[in-house]
Amino acid sequence: MDAFVRVPISEQDPKVRATNFDEVCLGYTEEEAVAEASRCLNCKNPKCVGGCPVSINIPAFIQEVKNRNFERAYEIISESSALPAVCGRVCPQESQCEGQCIRGIKGEAVAIGKLERFVADWARQNGIKPHSDAPKNGHKVAVIGSGPAGLTCAGDLARLGYDVTIFEALHKTGGVLVYGIPEFRLPKDEVVAAEVENVKSLGVKIETNVIIGKSITIDELMEEEGFEAVFIGSGAGLPRFMGIPGEQALGVFSANEYLTRNNLMKAFKDLDTPISRGKKVVVVGGGNVAMDAARTALRLGAEVHIVYRRGEAELPARAEEVHHAKEEGVIFDLLQNPVEILTDDKNQVTGIRIIKMELGEPDESGRRSPVEIPGSEYEIQCDTVIMSLGTSPNPLISSTTKGMEVNRRGCIVAQEETGATTKDAVFAGGDAVTGAATVILAMGAGKAAAKGIDEYFKTR
Amino acid sequence: MYSIVRKEVLADNIVLMDVKAPRVSHSCLPGQFVIVKIDEEGERIPLTICDYDREAETVTIVLQTIGASTLRMAELEVGDAFEDFVGPLGQPSELCLEENLEETKKKNIVFIAGGLGTAPVYPQVKWLHEHGVDVTVIMGSRTKDLLFYIDEMKAVAKEVYVTTDDGTYGFHGMGTNQLQALVDEGKQYDHCVAIGPMIMMKFVCKLTKELGIPTIVSMNPIMVDGTGMCGACRLIVDGKVKFACVDGPEFDGHLVDFDLAMARMAQYKTEEGRKKLELEEGDTHHGGCGQCS
Repeated sequence: MDAFVRVPISEQDPKVRATNFDEVCLGYTEEEAVAEASRCLNCKNPKCVGGCPVSINIPAFIQEVKNRNFERAYEIISESSALPAVCGRVCPQESQCEGQCIRGIKGEAVAIGKLERFVADWARQNGIKPHSDAPKNGHKVAVIGSGPAGLTCAGDLARLGYDVTIFEALHKTGGVLVYGIPEFRLPKDEVVAAEVENVKSLGVKIETNVIIGKSITIDELMEEEGFEAVFIGSGAGLPRFMGIPGEQALGVFSANEYLTRNNLMKAFKDLDTPISRGKKVVVVGGGNVAMDAARTALRLGAEVHIVYRRGEAELPARAEEVHHAKEEGVIFDLLQNPVEILTDDKNQVTGIRIIKMELGEPDESGRRSPVEIPGSEYEIQCDTVIMSLGTSPNPLISSTTKGMEVNRRGCIVAQEETGATTKDAVFAGGDAVTGAATVILAMGAGKAAAKGIDEYFKTR
Repeated sequence: MYSIVRKEVLADNIVLMDVKAPRVSHSCLPGQFVIVKIDEEGERIPLTICDYDREAETVTIVLQTIGASTLRMAELEVGDAFEDFVGPLGQPSELCLEENLEETKKKNIVFIAGGLGTAPVYPQVKWLHEHGVDVTVIMGSRTKDLLFYIDEMKAVAKEVYVTTDDGTYGFHGMGTNQLQALVDEGKQYDHCVAIGPMIMMKFVCKLTKELGIPTIVSMNPIMVDGTGMCGACRLIVDGKVKFACVDGPEFDGHLVDFDLAMARMAQYKTEEGRKKLELEEGDTHHGGCGQCS
C-alpha cells in the first residue's frame, strides 16, 4: 500500500446516480477504514485538531479505528460532536482538519471526514448511542432552532445536566440538514433522524411547530415558562435576489424554495407538494447551496448550468461537491454573470442574458473581484432559473426581543467565545449571527455557547 | 397532533373547523395566518385565522376545497387531527392593535370581503366591535350557495351589505359596485380593507384609488415554509421585493403589483386543475383563484 495515497472510497457511478436521490458516497468498509486509519502519523502536536471547529480528538479516535475499537472511537468523537454522521458527510474537511494534516504535505491528507463518517455509521448500525452520566442540575434552557447550532448546543448542555427544550419552527427537526442539504448528500431518515434521536437520548426535549417571536417570544419563554437562559440558533433567513429585470417571472426560484420543496417536502417522491421539473435550468451562484440545487435539478431530469461570476478557484463550495457536480454532468459557466432574465408574454422564463467577466483587484474579502467585459453579452435559453445568492437575516426573533442588538446587516450581535448577546441570559450562534456559513461553523458556535451558558450559570 | 373539536359545512366546498392549538390560540391576532399540514405526505397549506378562543385554546380555520390537499383536509371529522398546525404567522392587522386604537376610532371604515375573504375579515370586525369601533362590511360571493357567516358578521358590524355576482342573494353585482353605490348615496369612508381573490382586491384598489380611500389588502400568494425562508411568497410592493409571510400578509393595496402577483399564482397550476375549474364554473369563473390565469 502506498502510504502517500488515500484508500479510495466507493461511490455510486456518476451516470447512475445522476438519475436517483440515493447517497453518492457509499462509505468505507471496516477493512478500508482500518487501512486508511493506519496512515495517520498520530502526531504529538496534532494540527488537525486545531483545524476542527469543535476540536474533536482526531488522532485518538483514528488510533482506535486502527485497533478496531470502533465503539471507543465513537465515544471519543461523541465527547466533542453531537452530529458525527452529518459532519463526516458535509464538513469542508479540505480547509479544516484535513487541510492541516502533515500527510498532506507530501501526499494526500488522511481521510479524516470519511473515517468520522465510518465510525458514526458503524455506531448507528450497531445500536450504540451517546449517553450522559451527568446529574440533572434543574436549570431550564431553551434552544431555538433544531439545526446544527441548536442540536450541538442542546446536546452539550444536556451532557452538563441542564434541562433543555428545543423549539423548532418547521414540522421536522434538523433545520438546514432536512430542508437544505439534499438526500443524495445526507440521507434524512437514516442519518439525520438518527442523529436527532441521539441528541434526544441525552434527555433533550424537542417541540416542533413553534415559531419563536410569533407563537411565543423569548421574553415570554423566560417570564412565563421558567427558562433561565436561551440559545438562538435560528439560521440564515430570507433568500437574496439580484435585482435584475425578470426576476419575478414564473420559473425563477430561490435555491431555498427549490431545495425546501424537494428535501423537506420530498417533492421528488411525487407527494402533494409540487416542484417545477425544468428542461434546462440555470443556477446562479457558486456555493454549496448552488451545487445542491444544480445536482437536484439534474436528478429531476434537467440539463443544468451553473453561472458564477468568479473563476473556478474562487468557487466557495466544497471541492468534493464541485467534483461530484462535474462528474454528474453539471455544466460550469464561470466568470459570467446574469444581467437579465428573459420572459414570454405569460411571464414565463425563456432564457437568461449573461455578461462575461474577468478578475480584477482583490476586494475586502481578499478574493479578486470580477469586472464585466464590455460587449460580451450573450443569451442562454432556459425555462428555470435558480438564484443561490445567500440570505439576509430573518427579523422574526430580533424584532420581538427587547434589548438584543443586531448589526447593520441584521445579524444578531454575539461574542464569539461565549455566544453572549447584548441581552442578559440570551446567547446566539450559527447563521443567525454570522450570516450564511457552514454546518460545522454553526456547530462550533453552538458548542461555544453551551460553554458560555454553563459559565453564566456558574458565575451568576 | 392538533385535534378538530368542531366542524361545520358553511357552504358548497367551504368547511369551518375549530382546532385545538394552545400556543397559537394564546398568541394570535386578527390578520395573521397559520400553516396546516394534514400528515407526513401533505402540503403545508397557509390558512387565515377566522376566529380564536384563548380559553378553549382553539383556533378557527375556514378552508375551501380546491386541490388534493384541501380536499383531504375537508374530509376530516371531529376527533381527527392535523399532524402540524403552526402559527400565528405574518403581522397582525394594524387596525387591530391596541396602540393604534385611538387613531382607528376616528376612522370611518369599510371592509370588503370576497368569497373566502369573509373568513379573515370576520375576526378583524369582531375585534374592532369589542374595542368600540363599529364598521361597515360588504361581503360578496359569486352566488348564494357560497355565502357564509352573514349572521355572525351582522352581530359584530354596524351594517352589512351582501352581494352576489349573479343576483341570487342581496345586491346584484360585485363588492366594487356596492361600494360605488354607497358612495353615490353620500356615504363617506376614509379607510378600506379588502380581502378576497387577488382579482377582486385589484379592482377594489382601482376603485378606492379613484375615490381617494386608503386601502389595505391581505395577500395570499403561494407559500412553502411560511416562516421567512423560501421566498416563494415574494411580491413587488412600491417597487420593492416584499415577502408576504413575514412582511405581510397585509399591504397598502395601492402599492401592490397585482398583475405580477396574479401571474405568479400560476406557477404550479396544472392543465388538469384548469380544466376542472372550467368545467365546474364555466363562464361564472373570472380568475383570481390561483388555479387559472
